[in-house]
Amino acid sequence: MPIRRILIANRGEIAVRIIRTCRKLGLETVLAASEADRGSLAARMADRTVCIGPAPASLSYLQPRTIVQAALGVEADAIHPGYGFLSERADLARLCEAESVVFIGPTSAQIEAVGDKLKARAEATAAGVPTAPGGAVADVEQAVELGRVIGAPLLVKAVGGGGGRGMKRVDDLADLPAAVSMAAAEAGAAFGDERVYLERFVARGRHVEVQVLGDGAGEVIHLGERDCSVQRRYQKLIEETPAPGLSEAFRAEIREAGMRYAKRLAYRGAGTVEFLVDVDRQEFYFLEMNARIQVEHPVTEEVTGVDLVAEQIAVAEGKGLSLRQEDVKALGCAVECRINAEDPARDFRPTPGAVRLAEWPSGEGLRVDTHIDAGATAPPFYDSLLAKVIAHGPDRATALARLADGLRRTRIDGVPTNIGFHLAVLDDPEFQAGGVDTGYLARFLDRARDQFGA
Amino acid sequence: MSLTSKDVAEIMRLLEASGFDSLTLEMDGMKLALNRSGAVEPVPERRVSAPPPPSPPPQAPAVANSAAAPSEAGLVEVAAPLLGVFYRTPKPGEPPFVEVGSRVQPETVVGIIEVMKLMNSVSAGVAGEVVEVIAASGAMVEYGQVLIRIRPER
Repeated sequence: MPIRRILIANRGEIAVRIIRTCRKLGLETVLAASEADRGSLAARMADRTVCIGPAPASLSYLQPRTIVQAALGVEADAIHPGYGFLSERADLARLCEAESVVFIGPTSAQIEAVGDKLKARAEATAAGVPTAPGGAVADVEQAVELGRVIGAPLLVKAVGGGGGRGMKRVDDLADLPAAVSMAAAEAGAAFGDERVYLERFVARGRHVEVQVLGDGAGEVIHLGERDCSVQRRYQKLIEETPAPGLSEAFRAEIREAGMRYAKRLAYRGAGTVEFLVDVDRQEFYFLEMNARIQVEHPVTEEVTGVDLVAEQIAVAEGKGLSLRQEDVKALGCAVECRINAEDPARDFRPTPGAVRLAEWPSGEGLRVDTHIDAGATAPPFYDSLLAKVIAHGPDRATALARLADGLRRTRIDGVPTNIGFHLAVLDDPEFQAGGVDTGYLARFLDRARDQFGA
Repeated sequence: MSLTSKDVAEIMRLLEASGFDSLTLEMDGMKLALNRSGAVEPVPERRVSAPPPPSPPPQAPAVANSAAAPSEAGLVEVAAPLLGVFYRTPKPGEPPFVEVGSRVQPETVVGIIEVMKLMNSVSAGVAGEVVEVIAASGAMVEYGQVLIRIRPER
């Protein structure tokens, strides 16, 4: 079905990002905006904006029926959900399927298959993709038995959790029965799902993920991997490609595993298969699949030259993949910093407000994806992401130098940001050496306590 | 954040009971200015000060984002509480819930907004007389779009 007009069911920088590609492709855009975003950059760029509800996301961006009704009302052919909000909600995809509106993303069945941690793990095993030793436990007896096999330390994870939520670490197997009971009760209260599973705890892990594209009929290609190990409380702050300090053979194995996983699902559209690299064992395990465009997709675009949003639209339209695996060439390195309205000196507290002045850098190898210009507002209702500053270079050192130079030339007045914090990380010899693990940022913050508060 | 017509009525009552002559409230791109009867300025004015929506592309079906100026001062606007398809009648072929000139109570239903086959009734929010019906039956209305205007009872 040809797509002429797209309803964008998102906000912020990703809405702007999607509109840019639509313009390039000659597609009309209608932005579904909350009342707080009527004057946003995306609203000014879109061909048209419809107000879908009041500022709180639960009453606007998180209402699948309203989104589909808006698409029907403006006669949009397709809905692009962006990331977050409804992007991985099977009910939106299902509503679209029922109303013959194209959902730019995977099928509702695929969203469901990867949304359930245990199902996703089972698919990995079936696809021959390594998972961390562990599995589902129905009761304390099973937990104790499996715990003996895995060994301590291990994690008790909620099936309904994710992003660091609903996890308990057990260092002594004697504590396992109590931890499992408590985790199940907490998971029931927090996620409405008491199921838990056990997994080996990886002392030093790196977050490495594979960008895949599938045509929905079984054809899948990858566009390399990204390393997103610089995280604070499971929130990614700096992402880069390729993953530094890993052998080409090891990275190729991860990419192949990511592709096998997506192929198993006959995945449709752009997706990311996340892995945990066990640094000490030099092994990797499947974590989860994200069935959407990722925040950090630009680093992949910079090194490959592929417009991932354009590929999403082409696949949704039924045109299939525009490239074959051998057409994908990754050149150099790209690194991204997430610029947030938050105050590192006050425990990274979000600092929404009006931006009086915004000067973003430009220059060789620099890209800025943002929704913030002078006079813009970072509303308190949504995440604090102001921009992503991305630098590309022939090698990592050049990319890092360009990124630091770009950040030094960035000026944001009106709201505190984490730019100074990013510059300190970029200046840190351990980060510069490459290949830090997910515990790095917490250690860095301990060292830099004077600079960034407790 | 938004004020419902019920909120406006409540604020008007508070002003009535107070010793002040006027009240101006600004919140999240909305300005509400109220004056006691007898004061020079018109009462009450509700203005959404969001930037004007971009002009729709020629092919896109037209939906009025902002209604024409009210025919008289002091009218209370009933805004769409959610995005959906607006219907003036309970069923096709039946008479409309309200017409120009209808007397309404706060709980009087003035229309229906359909969101994916779910019907949501819209009530007047104030007691008074319907002066204008702005939104067309069967058309999509956005959140906050003016549906009808009511001259409130004094």
